[in-house]
Amino acid sequence: MNILRELLARKLGLFGLMTVSFTVVVAILAPWITPYAPDLQLFEGLTLQGAPLPPNSQFWLGTDLLGRDVLSRLIYGAQTSLIIGVAANGVAVLIGSVLGVTAGMLRGIVGAVLMRFTDLMMAFPALLLAIVLAAIFKPSLWIVALVIAMVNWVQVARVIYSETVSLAERDFIDAERGLGASRSRILIRHITPHLVPSIIVFGTLGISTTVLLEATLSYLGIGVQPPIPSWGNIIFENQTYFASAPWLVFFPGFAIVSLALGFNLMGDALREILDPTMKGRH
Amino acid sequence: MTTYICRRVFEALLILIGITFVTYVLLYLVPADPVRQIAGRSATAETVENIRRQLGLHLPFYEQYWNYLSALVQGNFGRSYIQKTEVVELIRSRLPASLLLMVGAIAAELILGLTMGVISAVRRNSATDQVLMVVSFIGVSAPQFVVGILLLYVFAVLLGWFPIGGYGTFSHLVLPALTLGFLGAGWYSRMMRSSMLNVLEQDFIRTARAKGLSKARVILRHAVPNALLPIIAMIGIDIGIFMSGIVVVESVFGWPGIGQLAWQAIQRVDIPIIMGVTLVAACSIVLGNLVADIVALFVDPRIKLR
Repeated sequence: MNILRELLARKLGLFGLMTVSFTVVVAILAPWITPYAPDLQLFEGLTLQGAPLPPNSQFWLGTDLLGRDVLSRLIYGAQTSLIIGVAANGVAVLIGSVLGVTAGMLRGIVGAVLMRFTDLMMAFPALLLAIVLAAIFKPSLWIVALVIAMVNWVQVARVIYSETVSLAERDFIDAERGLGASRSRILIRHITPHLVPSIIVFGTLGISTTVLLEATLSYLGIGVQPPIPSWGNIIFENQTYFASAPWLVFFPGFAIVSLALGFNLMGDALREILDPTMKGRH
Repeated sequence: MTTYICRRVFEALLILIGITFVTYVLLYLVPADPVRQIAGRSATAETVENIRRQLGLHLPFYEQYWNYLSALVQGNFGRSYIQKTEVVELIRSRLPASLLLMVGAIAAELILGLTMGVISAVRRNSATDQVLMVVSFIGVSAPQFVVGILLLYVFAVLLGWFPIGGYGTFSHLVLPALTLGFLGAGWYSRMMRSSMLNVLEQDFIRTARAKGLSKARVILRHAVPNALLPIIAMIGIDIGIFMSGIVVVESVFGWPGIGQLAWQAIQRVDIPIIMGVTLVAACSIVLGNLVADIVALFVDPRIKLR
């Protein structure tokens, strides 16, 4: 609760928390607050010539090329972004932490192999890898999440590994070992608690990366597939008309940036709060 | 020093071989059959089989991989399945455009990022500082396709200052380079800010001030060059980040670089090109990191060799 209080005390952190909370609430309430069904093609949603409508009193954020209400699609798109963002990042942090801790605790050959593999994955161009993976597996919501997780665990593994190694060399761990504590007890009671701050920070900051990656994959047409609305694929579907119908890019773009910004600000504030060496800075 | 560099180069080679393996496995698993794509719908089973044999795709996985690797050692990346051109040729003809784009992006991110960082640090905790830091956060939160399309809309469609897409002159380069550098500008401004804050606390800055130098001179002559040191090393790492970014930026702006080449190849399952571009990208990432580490070594002798 201390953390939350400190977060609320920071302007940027608070702003991030508010943006994220707002998106979460909107996503949960989607079925009740959307004016139209997200994939309903409305007859009055197009001009007589078949062009999409700009924002007006009936369609607050305008309509898309198929005459669907952009606001409704954006609200449902929030669900997609959050589900993938949270799930993909959760899996990535889990994989990264488990690998990092294992390599850090075991060291030796297993540790070396795991970390060399991590180095190898670091050298992979992340987006290119994600694109190849997404093109290989026919993308569904969960596959996209998994692909993103496969790309994003690397950073976590690196940091958790070096933290585990430096913890394992500390005197209090030696003392525990001297007292006869088993390896698993040291791991669970003494190492893991010290890793929690980093995991919390990755758990928040990383979501912004996954949200951006999901949007990018969907923008390229290999992420979340229509008719499921995602902020990225709304832009993908309408991008050729951006010069005549810019609202079809502005609003989803704004949504992506706000959500990623929210998680970034929140994560950054958490990092400052949880990292004692950052105290007094800024 | 020499041993350190040799060891790093050796490690880099191992990583590259590892990357060829992982990429090859991934592409081997692609459910789409490249042979069917080449042969077309109306091809007979016999034609399909012939093409498969020609490409060596009937061999078991380890033989295919071994053949690929031994050709690679001789500088042979294979031929594109669809365009029938040597992959090396395709990459060579596309690479200059991508490099130009990256140089532009580095210029853009440094000019934007460093200026923002210095101003923020000098006006620490002021409203300007806070606004600039929010801008830098927006920079790292904005996906490149959104930045690209918005820049296109405002500066090409509405204002008409720059062309909508294409390649050739300096004005073609401005928007794509800004788009690719936008993310880095966000990072650099934050790093430069904290690096400047560190430097401004040091004794030699106080001495410089005490000598009676003007504020501008203290900042530009004494603080900025020192604050730049840890940041110069980061430029190498950018190349790797750009390798991902160019796929998107080049497709938004129709920039004829290797990013577009890769993107087209992925859609057509043109495996030799995908392998080739991935390798070039991985090489530049590994090389970039290597250069970054070595530069850091020169810039800051306090870094211990291990």
